[in-house]
Amino acid sequence: MLTAACLSLCSCNGVQSALDPAGDEARQVATLFWTMTIGGLVIWAFVVLLSLYASRWKRQLISETAAGRVILWGGVVLPVTVLTALLSYALWLMPSLRPFAGGEDAHLRIEVVASQFWWRVVYQRPGENAVVSANEVRLPVGERVEFVLSSADMIHSFWIPALGGKMDVIPGRTNRLSLSATKTGTYRGQCAEFCGTSHALMAFPVAATEPSDFDAWLKVRSSPSAGIDANLDGRALFERKDCGDCHRVDGTAAQSGKGPDLSHIGSRLSIGAGLLENDEGTLARFIAHSASLKPGSQMPAYLHLSAEELAAIATWLKGLQ
Amino acid sequence: MKATRKTATKPRPKKAAAAPAHTDKAAQEVQLRAVWANPSGWRYWTSVNNTQIGLWYGSTAFAFMLFAGLLALLVRAQLAVPENDLISADLYNQAYTLHGTVMMFLFAVPIFEAVAIFLLPPMLGAREMPFPRLGAFGFWSFLIGGVFVCGSIFFGAAPNSGWFMYPPLATSEQAGIGADIWLLGLSFIEVASLAAAVELIVGIMKCRAPGMRVNLMPLFAWYLLIVAGMIVFAFPPLIAGDLLFEMQRMFGWPFFDAARGGDPLLWQHLFWIFGHPEVYIIFLPAIALLAMIIPTFAGRPIIGYSWIVLAAVGTGFLSFGLWVHHMFATGLPQISLAFFSAASGAVAIPTAVQIFVFIATMLAGRVIFSTPMLFAMGVLAIFVMGGLTGVMVALVPFDWQAHDSYFIVAHLHYVLIGGMLFPVFAGLYYYYPLINGKHMSDKVGRFAFWMMFCGFNITFFPMHLAGLRGMPRRVYTYPADIGWDWLNLISTMGAVVLGIGMFAVVVDVTLHRRNKPKGEQNPWNAGTLEWLNEPEENWGVRSIPQVESRYPLWDQRNLAAEVRAGKWYLPDAKEGRRETLVTSVLDAEPEQVLRVGGTSYVTIVSAVTLGTVFVALTFKWWAISLVSGIAFVAAVLYWLWTGTGEIPEKDEKDIGHGISLPLYASGVKSTGWWAMFITMTGDGTAFASLVFGYFFFWTIHEDFTGGTAGPGVFWPMIALALFAMAWISTVGARESNRRGGVSFARMLLAGGALLCAAGCFAALAGPWTTGMDPTVHVYPAIVWILVVWAAIHGALGIIMQLYCLARSLAGRLTPDHDMELHNVALYWHFMLVTALVTCLVVGLFPRAI
Repeated sequence: MLTAACLSLCSCNGVQSALDPAGDEARQVATLFWTMTIGGLVIWAFVVLLSLYASRWKRQLISETAAGRVILWGGVVLPVTVLTALLSYALWLMPSLRPFAGGEDAHLRIEVVASQFWWRVVYQRPGENAVVSANEVRLPVGERVEFVLSSADMIHSFWIPALGGKMDVIPGRTNRLSLSATKTGTYRGQCAEFCGTSHALMAFPVAATEPSDFDAWLKVRSSPSAGIDANLDGRALFERKDCGDCHRVDGTAAQSGKGPDLSHIGSRLSIGAGLLENDEGTLARFIAHSASLKPGSQMPAYLHLSAEELAAIATWLKGLQ
Repeated sequence: MKATRKTATKPRPKKAAAAPAHTDKAAQEVQLRAVWANPSGWRYWTSVNNTQIGLWYGSTAFAFMLFAGLLALLVRAQLAVPENDLISADLYNQAYTLHGTVMMFLFAVPIFEAVAIFLLPPMLGAREMPFPRLGAFGFWSFLIGGVFVCGSIFFGAAPNSGWFMYPPLATSEQAGIGADIWLLGLSFIEVASLAAAVELIVGIMKCRAPGMRVNLMPLFAWYLLIVAGMIVFAFPPLIAGDLLFEMQRMFGWPFFDAARGGDPLLWQHLFWIFGHPEVYIIFLPAIALLAMIIPTFAGRPIIGYSWIVLAAVGTGFLSFGLWVHHMFATGLPQISLAFFSAASGAVAIPTAVQIFVFIATMLAGRVIFSTPMLFAMGVLAIFVMGGLTGVMVALVPFDWQAHDSYFIVAHLHYVLIGGMLFPVFAGLYYYYPLINGKHMSDKVGRFAFWMMFCGFNITFFPMHLAGLRGMPRRVYTYPADIGWDWLNLISTMGAVVLGIGMFAVVVDVTLHRRNKPKGEQNPWNAGTLEWLNEPEENWGVRSIPQVESRYPLWDQRNLAAEVRAGKWYLPDAKEGRRETLVTSVLDAEPEQVLRVGGTSYVTIVSAVTLGTVFVALTFKWWAISLVSGIAFVAAVLYWLWTGTGEIPEKDEKDIGHGISLPLYASGVKSTGWWAMFITMTGDGTAFASLVFGYFFFWTIHEDFTGGTAGPGVFWPMIALALFAMAWISTVGARESNRRGGVSFARMLLAGGALLCAAGCFAALAGPWTTGMDPTVHVYPAIVWILVVWAAIHGALGIIMQLYCLARSLAGRLTPDHDMELHNVALYWHFMLVTALVTCLVVGLFPRAI
């Protein structure tokens, strides 16, 4: 009954759920989980009922020899059997879960650099130019993708529950993870290692698309957005207010790598690392109130800008499709 | 507590016309009462008696638990609804960090040291712990450190990087002073915990009633022995880690800074080498309480005594091989993940044995379902669930999903609340009559149980699901509509119910039953010696019985009456001293009458001065810290000089039944020697952790010296030679003194001190002369830390040599009474190993090899 209740709860809206798998690893682990849960509940019920029987319901005492046998069977034979089976299953599963995706030669390598509290995401295909993006991950369905994870400051952890388990991102080390999406859709990933004040606000949308859609998307991203030359008021303000000291917009003078790349921010699925919807209003709000929206973040608050100025910058940014 | 104090200080009226035997008995009781009495007025707080210390210790730990519980409610309130702005991100991070820290360091471990200090002497048939003043020192240190750490949140200065304090976040400026408070405050408490562990081990090994062979020991004592042993090996790696950590925070030595050759993962290894055994250090004593409660209510001896002891030992051993399961997601090679996964699963086997020992005992007995048993059932239901989810997360693939998610929050609370808090409450309801002879309320107990049991499950069961639906730990807020809202709201409501249950217990403990009549002495008809305890007396046992059974009160007829009539060993205190028996380690043959320390303020002075050192370091008040450090050393020396190694006025004392035992022992037979041995084992473990760090850095780098110069070979070898000669002098002094060569021994001690001083300088000269700068790279930093460690131990060695010299000159150390010299020689054996390893490692490795 409990299981049924759990199942019914799991079915609703699980963009970040390990129990609604959309990737190879997540699917196998979900199966492992349900198997263990059912087995675990049976063992739990057995132990609890036996304890209640022993302490409350029994009429007849058992002999010491029989009691010794209870210890032997319940305390040794039962756990040894169950553990051997489980461990064999898990160890057999391990190498197949995260096979080598090809390293440098991987068909698609996504380098992720985690910082407080955002993600730099760089798409790398052999023989093609790297495409720099931030705070969202897109990947083609049915293809094993290699993630190369490094950190710019603290320890973070890269986790897309719907696709697979997590991998820590540790300063001074480069960790690798390979994931393969099996279902198209938009999911949500999040930092899973406490990394500072706004650890809770370090998420990212994940879009798994058909390979052709992915290729088309990547192609658009490999050159400057047409939007850089529209809404020139906003662009002028962006440049005058030194936004380029931290951000990069392809095709303009803003070329810094300190903060998230904004070259195609208009078409991102969210802003502020999974924090807000992406529209002109939220963009303006984030620029003005980043310090309170995201405590502890490096982005200074631009409270001194007028509403018009904010709107102009936001409009220009939104146009960077 | 107050009532106890009054009756203890006021002698009972003597019976006028009593037979000589009665007068004798009454006179003995007057003597004993006077000797063991607590001081009155404000001096009451200088008491060192195990009953008082145990109660103070326990109440303090309980108060810290309530404080951390309030923090948990704050956390739950913030998470009740999505995008809540009840508290700020920073306050939330402080609250959850402090919640975990306080529960682990200020409640879970200390509460068992408290219970052990309170229960062990009467349970083992001893009058007192072997080092009562050390126990008192531990308590005061714990109180000062705990208040310091907890108080920080009221100044917005609490640690905010999680109870695991991972660098580089916790070494960064973002961690603020909170990180220093965590490191220094807790190091101080860890030292106190180690002191308690030393005391417990010596107490259990050497202070049992005659005849209580190791296979007759109450299970509680077995468990505490194992746990104290684990503390000796588990806490030092953390202390070593704290040292490295604080050196980085204060002076910029880059142990965990990847940019300068360090590695944040070293901290994770050191932390979890401590952190995982810690879980079992918390859990095993709780199971020990059940191992006392269940046989009593089943009305029969435990079934499978050897099974459960072996299982507990096995758990202790295995717990040191599991730490990497906290690091499955750090990207370690799969082969080591597989090994640690198997080990983590394997620990379920001894745990299952312990559970089934309880079930078997209940099956073979007629169970009385009392309130403590109700809590025990709660333990089985909750803990088994936590154990099963533990097996699940031991499997690497599943852990990759569950790690650092709310699934783990659920798992660890099932294990810790089921495996620790519920047993403590079972123990509280069971042992409460030992405090003042009265019972807690059954009605309130049952109400509290059901509130806690339901509240607990409502709070934590949904977290399993929240975790798997992707909710990470340690988030101060979360978005609506990704499937976490309801689960969190339910958890918060459950937390309130759990809180009400806890509150009911607090009311039950503190408020009522002032006027309730006293119950009987052994209300549950238990079989073990602690139930001989007379709550209104401070002397522990009236006379120390000969034990022949695991459950002496069941199997030895009239034992209770005989003990109370003073018919057994050591029924008097004619010389006006606090005395207890020392017996041999395995067979508990009587060996010595040990005179233990009595009431003293030196314990408080020592704790306050040491506490000031740590607090001052936090704020970088170097001068205050130095002055208090010197004051602390002086206080300890005064304590040792006046309170230990006293030469008795006669050689032997008659303990009754025709047995006469020596009043003085040195070497292996003395409790002090064992305490030194155990302390130095812990110290050696901390040192080993530093050496582990040295080789860890070597393994992760191509060239671990980072191109910087080493300390050379010359100075380390000179230092080694000098330390070795100092060691020879010390051992020679001991031998010479024993043979009567007192002046030669004094010369050797003085010479040894000089040699050691030269050795310290030579050790420091290595990295000094080659200009190694510890802030540049991790290699010079780790070399410096090793030689500084050796030099500080050398300095302690010098103090000890000079102390022996002074004792000898003062006539307090003679060829026949040479306990100090034996202990100092033992210290020097460990010192020699430290020097040997340090000098060879820094001098020869990796350059010269």
